Amino acid sequence: MRSVIAVYVENKYGVLTRVAGLFMRKGFNIDSLTVGETEDPAYSRMTITLNGDDYAREQLINQLKKLHNVQEVKLLESAQNVERELLLVKVPNLPSTRSEIMAAADVYRGKIIDYSTDAMIIEVTGEPLKIQAFIDVLKPTGIIEMCRTGIVSLERGATVLHGTEE
Amino acid sequence: MKKTRKNLMTGAQIAIETLIEQGVTELFGYPGGTVLDLYDALYQARGRISHILTAHEQGAAHAADGYARATGKVGVVLATSGPGATNLVTGLATAMLDSVPVVAITGNVPTYLIGKDAFQEINITGVTIPITKHNYFVQDVRELADTIREAFRIAKSGRPGPVLIDIPKDIQIASCPYTPQPAVEPFTQPIVPDAQIDKVVDLLSKAQRPYLYIGGGAANCDLGKQLMALSERIDGYIGCSLMGLSAIPHTFDRFLGMEGMHGAYASTMANLNADLILGVGVRFSDRATGDPAKYCKDAVIIQLDADQSEINKNVKVTLGLVGDLQDAVARILSRVAPQSHPMWHDEVEALKEKQCKIAKQTKAPRAGIDPRDILGAVNRLKDDDTLIATDVGQHQMWTAQNIQLAQPRSFLSSGGLGTMGFGLGAAIGGAVGTGKRVILLTGDGSFGMNLNELATAVSCKVPVVIVLFNNQALGMVRQLQTFYFDRRYAGTNLCRSTDFVKLAEAFGAGGVRVTDLAAFEDALQTALQSNGPYLIEVPIDTDALVLPMLPQSGAMEDMITEQNGEDAT
Repeated sequence: MRSVIAVYVENKYGVLTRVAGLFMRKGFNIDSLTVGETEDPAYSRMTITLNGDDYAREQLINQLKKLHNVQEVKLLESAQNVERELLLVKVPNLPSTRSEIMAAADVYRGKIIDYSTDAMIIEVTGEPLKIQAFIDVLKPTGIIEMCRTGIVSLERGATVLHGTEE
Repeated sequence: MKKTRKNLMTGAQIAIETLIEQGVTELFGYPGGTVLDLYDALYQARGRISHILTAHEQGAAHAADGYARATGKVGVVLATSGPGATNLVTGLATAMLDSVPVVAITGNVPTYLIGKDAFQEINITGVTIPITKHNYFVQDVRELADTIREAFRIAKSGRPGPVLIDIPKDIQIASCPYTPQPAVEPFTQPIVPDAQIDKVVDLLSKAQRPYLYIGGGAANCDLGKQLMALSERIDGYIGCSLMGLSAIPHTFDRFLGMEGMHGAYASTMANLNADLILGVGVRFSDRATGDPAKYCKDAVIIQLDADQSEINKNVKVTLGLVGDLQDAVARILSRVAPQSHPMWHDEVEALKEKQCKIAKQTKAPRAGIDPRDILGAVNRLKDDDTLIATDVGQHQMWTAQNIQLAQPRSFLSSGGLGTMGFGLGAAIGGAVGTGKRVILLTGDGSFGMNLNELATAVSCKVPVVIVLFNNQALGMVRQLQTFYFDRRYAGTNLCRSTDFVKLAEAFGAGGVRVTDLAAFEDALQTALQSNGPYLIEVPIDTDALVLPMLPQSGAMEDMITEQNGEDAT
């Protein structure tokens, strides 16, 4: 079962190592981890996608809360949050497949951000299922290489992760 | 301007002054290249803080740990970079697994050499992330004092644990103003909500066979008196994990002793038969519960702990409470009405009787002195003030089963990590911290791991009596081979010819070898009157087993209580 967990952390020495190390030593199976600065540069926000049962989810949240640099941990329920992921994918630029690829990119609202004689790079954003579907479409014509950011997620409405209890 | 310049201190001086401000009077350590400035600051501060030089950094870490266990204060250890820092690893992990407040300070190479694989450089913060509650790499001398203060605060708050502070050499040399501050108070702990306390009271009042299972958290919060009162109020019984030993005096008749893998028959079976288990400051470790999937499936289990992540971690509980233990137990006690469960009383009394019968039936070992007799003599001759330390193995379990402890914090033993070699360092730390006499019960295997700390015990004139159970084997592991590997004793028969008495004497300690119980009692009396360390070597049957025991991955009801004839199965 997939869970999305948002973590608000102090932007300090070794924080990413502490969080990442936790997954290894407690045996958690995570699908993705994204991290970046927040509106306050003293803090970073992580979005973790966990693949595990209720026990794993409860343990992960409780163990994260124990880390001294972690300020807030919240399970994001899919009905109340929006999720996005960004994909960059490099495909061959061949006369035989070019129009098919460009048509697919158009349907998935992708943007061609590099167009070279031998290859193209397409940028697509969306929910993870859409990203996966687009990748599946490209597979028959060949993928040279690709890069996914992992999920970022915010709750709908004015709710905030940090300061909710204040 | 003039005023600030007057207050300028080097990082090293600030570090030592901050330790003093936090109430540190003794610390354990070992010098080296990157802590020269810290040692110079210690020299300048002599008379206000004393340094105990150990033989090895591991011994220093165990000493800081033993100091903290015995006093309840934060233990402090100081080590140099590189090997000095890595030698702390086992000590920090031991403190982590048993939730002991320790602050470790390490030197490191100057910041401009970090990452260059400089001489004796190691990323000790990276190494110790999994085995500390938190750690710091100090990059600015202006943050040093507050970092140390925060480290103390984290170490002693909530569920205590070790914190490491790595200070590069150039930070120790740099200067900045320093203003002393009062010792930090622990973070305020959450209070268990009233509704949950009411729920506990309701469950307790419905229970017919209540059992309190207490651990290190209860011992650490000095909950003994309150828990004794609670057990009387609800007409229940108390058992404990290894870490819970010493929380309840052995004389209390509702206290059944340690339960679990090598626990007392009565407490293990009482836990198994209880219809309500109230866990206080325990993590329901696999060593205590046996197979967690089979653990008390039909009972109501309530877990009270300072650490949220312990709730439901090892055992699925009916009700989990997180918060200040003292406050929660006090509120439960103030609300629960007196109960009476004569049938449960009879049942437990029958278990106690059976336990006595089993003990009588257990055959004396064929050679050496019966370990239970040794502990009986220790119980007779020690006073209530004496601290008991152990290493890890058969002697530890015999001690846990038989030792009579009267006072909280009087038992120093590595529970979670099971660190052989823990005992001597911890005994030294406990003695230094309390000024009390220590009896260390150890085995020839464990003692061999860190016996170099005899040098420390001698130089510090620590009144530690070392009772060395010599079975010429790594008995606990060998016992598992007896049961599960058809007596194929791979690597567990020691075949050494160490003369432990000569060894003690070579270090400058007293020592004697005894061969019978009467001689042991005489030797122990002599040892208890000597001022420095004294070693008594006691021969133990190589084939002696620790019983009862729970079989590997077995449940509580599978407890093995006797050795059948020649076959130990």
